[in-house]
Amino acid sequence: MSDNGLVRNSRKKLTWFFLLIFGLAALIGGAQAAGAPASYVPSLALDLQGGTQIILTPSLGEGKAATQGQLDQAVAIIRQRVDATGVSEAQITTQGEAANAAIVVSIPGKPDEATLKLIKASALLEFRPVLTTTQDTSTAIGGDSTASPSAKPTSAPIATGSAKPTSPSDLNWVTADVQKAYDELSCRTKATSTVADFREAGQVDDPAKPLVTCDREGAFKYILGPVELAGTDISDASSGTRSSSTGASLNEWAVSLSFSDAGGKKFWDVTKRLFPLTDPQNRFAVTIDGYVITAPATNAVISNGAAEITGNFSQTDAKALADQLKYGSLPISFEVQSQENISATLGGSQLANGLLAGGIGLLLVIIYSIFQYRGLAIVTIGSLVVAAILTYLVIAVLSWRQGYRLSLSGVAGLIVAIGITADSFIVYFERVRDELREGRPLTAAVEVGWKRAVRTIIVSDGVSLLAAITLFILTVGNVRGFAFTLGLTTIIDLLVVALFTHPLLQILANTKFFSSGHKWSGFEVRASAGYRGRGEFRVSESVSQAKSKKTSREVNRRQTIAERKAAESGISKKDQ
Amino acid sequence: MSRFSELGNALYSGEKSVDFIGRRKIWYAIAALVVALSVILPVARGGFQLGIEFRGGSEFRVAAVAEMGDQLARDTVHAVLPSVEPIISTVGENDLRIQTTKLEDVQAEQIRTSLAKAYGVESNSVSSSFIGPSWGQEITGKAITGLLWFIGLAAVLMALYFRTIKMSAAAVLALIHDLVVTAGIYGALGFEVTPAAVIGFLTILGYSLYDTVVVFDKIRENTFEVEFSETATFAERVNLAINQTLVRSINTSVVAVLPVAAILFIGSVFLGAGTLKDISLALFIGILVGTYSTIFIAAPFYSHLREGEPLYKDSAAKVLAKR
Repeated sequence: MSDNGLVRNSRKKLTWFFLLIFGLAALIGGAQAAGAPASYVPSLALDLQGGTQIILTPSLGEGKAATQGQLDQAVAIIRQRVDATGVSEAQITTQGEAANAAIVVSIPGKPDEATLKLIKASALLEFRPVLTTTQDTSTAIGGDSTASPSAKPTSAPIATGSAKPTSPSDLNWVTADVQKAYDELSCRTKATSTVADFREAGQVDDPAKPLVTCDREGAFKYILGPVELAGTDISDASSGTRSSSTGASLNEWAVSLSFSDAGGKKFWDVTKRLFPLTDPQNRFAVTIDGYVITAPATNAVISNGAAEITGNFSQTDAKALADQLKYGSLPISFEVQSQENISATLGGSQLANGLLAGGIGLLLVIIYSIFQYRGLAIVTIGSLVVAAILTYLVIAVLSWRQGYRLSLSGVAGLIVAIGITADSFIVYFERVRDELREGRPLTAAVEVGWKRAVRTIIVSDGVSLLAAITLFILTVGNVRGFAFTLGLTTIIDLLVVALFTHPLLQILANTKFFSSGHKWSGFEVRASAGYRGRGEFRVSESVSQAKSKKTSREVNRRQTIAERKAAESGISKKDQ
Repeated sequence: MSRFSELGNALYSGEKSVDFIGRRKIWYAIAALVVALSVILPVARGGFQLGIEFRGGSEFRVAAVAEMGDQLARDTVHAVLPSVEPIISTVGENDLRIQTTKLEDVQAEQIRTSLAKAYGVESNSVSSSFIGPSWGQEITGKAITGLLWFIGLAAVLMALYFRTIKMSAAAVLALIHDLVVTAGIYGALGFEVTPAAVIGFLTILGYSLYDTVVVFDKIRENTFEVEFSETATFAERVNLAINQTLVRSINTSVVAVLPVAAILFIGSVFLGAGTLKDISLALFIGILVGTYSTIFIAAPFYSHLREGEPLYKDSAAKVLAKR
């Protein structure tokens, strides 16, 4: 029997669906047991749970104040950095005016070290040409760093700057003072330091003067020329594997850089000058807050504003460097003034009351659907319940893996999702009823009704998904969080209706209670073979079950015009 | 058998039918009136009241507070300025942060001293400063760009699926109607526009378009090759589609609106979940308007756009001549 085949198939789908739910639950449980920070309780966003408030003040040197433009730009960049860590809906704003101006960053929960670092990384990004570099022997030898000035660099002084320098690469920048500072510099001030720490926090360098500094690890020290490009000249940066000339992918990680129009022109000039020089003067250093993060050699004159940095990068290194280049371009540098806990802006009682009210609303939905769909309400309520469980688990997984946090707007999205999810069942049930009105038996009506309904469900959910994806890509902050919730619930709606609601209805259609059209089954529809409305355009009076499967596509597409006319003339008497 | 499903039968067969298409001039007039009111009323009230998140505001900080509840602070602010709804949170160990809309210096000073008195602390342990908008131009700008892209892409998607650009045009018109009317009612009631309300509007956008697509899919099916029909005109088939999906439209909007209405009426009126009222109001209006506009604007307008096409005009003339 084909019916049994259908039932078996539906049971298989249901099994897959429940395996998916248990799989997600087991994933969280397993990760928890393995010590990962997974939890069955989703994390909440700033408005519902509170978090950490960090106040950043600009460090600009004496008597200078940040302009509102600089602050706004900094807010935008910090927001990008925070958004890049996940969908956490941070709140970033400015406080005070002129000399007292500050940026207030509020992030939900207790942020991990990496996130804090990302926000605090005041990160003034600059490009400077390398004038000279040596290994920092002072600390490489180890031991007592106070004795380091005696450990002179092995290279001889490169120049005695007396003439006025003509270009940023000119060695005349290295005056006796600069050379002295360079010789005396020891990158790590303490023997215990693992990174360079010779600079004062918030130290401001003059962009028009040469700079004596080290890389982050304190392994090499440098004399760098004046600033040639600023971080704001970079329009994008990304990491990826390189391709060979034949187009095959090499297992070699690189960072791609794109410059803005003005930045591209400046970079062209820089590479034109650096390319003919010899090492180390053919190198340019990228500094963040004065520390060198990379100092690649120039091996081509780059005129199109797109550069590639290669080296022995691991995937993680390449990604980290790309992120630093992309998000590291604050117009001014900042210092952390304070870091404190902050409570939720929505009182706990308010949220609880809101949820209680929402619960009452759900109860009303259940009562309404029993009133409307009788026995079928089991399917509606069951589907909504499994949709809720699935959504809850997915949110729990995402808040662990992606840093997703549920905010008030997220909750609102979920509440409206009840409507959209329920609509899929309603469209489906109404289609099945339509088919019953055509005089089909229930099992056939379920099949035909499904094939018609699924098309509507897919296209309408497709529009919702399009909204979600577009908004997620193009927006920031709260709107992005909303888009994420919308997309999530739309996909879950499709899963539930295809893998739960439909198979369940297929199975129920084979039970006596439903197939007999019991008055409480919700399928007690008057299937009068006699009536034909003026909108009726189907030929079949009573369709055999085998045929009904075929007619599941556009019925009249398969009819010839003559057939259609015959059918219509047969019923036209009843019209009007 | 419930009377509602009886109605479903009658609507499906065409036995009972509401003439949505024929009375479209009435619906257009109503829509024009409502849209006009939605623009005039908020303007007459002095424009939208934007929240602190959009405009920035004043911030007070009370240091070393003994009692951490937010009710005292709320009452204190209300005593000075009854119309201001403060946002209150605790910062650090026992500091209280109170944010309000931007206040005059005199008012700010008044609030500062009353807060100090209410919490029994020295007046210099209450600080006052200005804060910038947390929902800045940048977020708004990007949200609008995103919105325009979405509407454009959705129009293309619908045009491809339905194979006619006229459906996209009708759906987008209904969408604009929904946004204007929802925003209009919101502004006319004088509710403060918060980020939550904006998210509510976006949700409505998705819902409204979704609802229109469901009904349009039935219209597409019913009007398929209607030009060969000798019994029904294009407009009649569109009307039948609206009637056949009417039970669905009612059921769906009731199911969608029940939880929202519960939060709006029970939640904010009886339980005092005041901060949820902005988003639930936007959703409540939007769901009802979204369902309404599909039936009374999108579908009649689509029929309006197409029934004049020579193909449909000719076949309609033949059908009517036969009657």
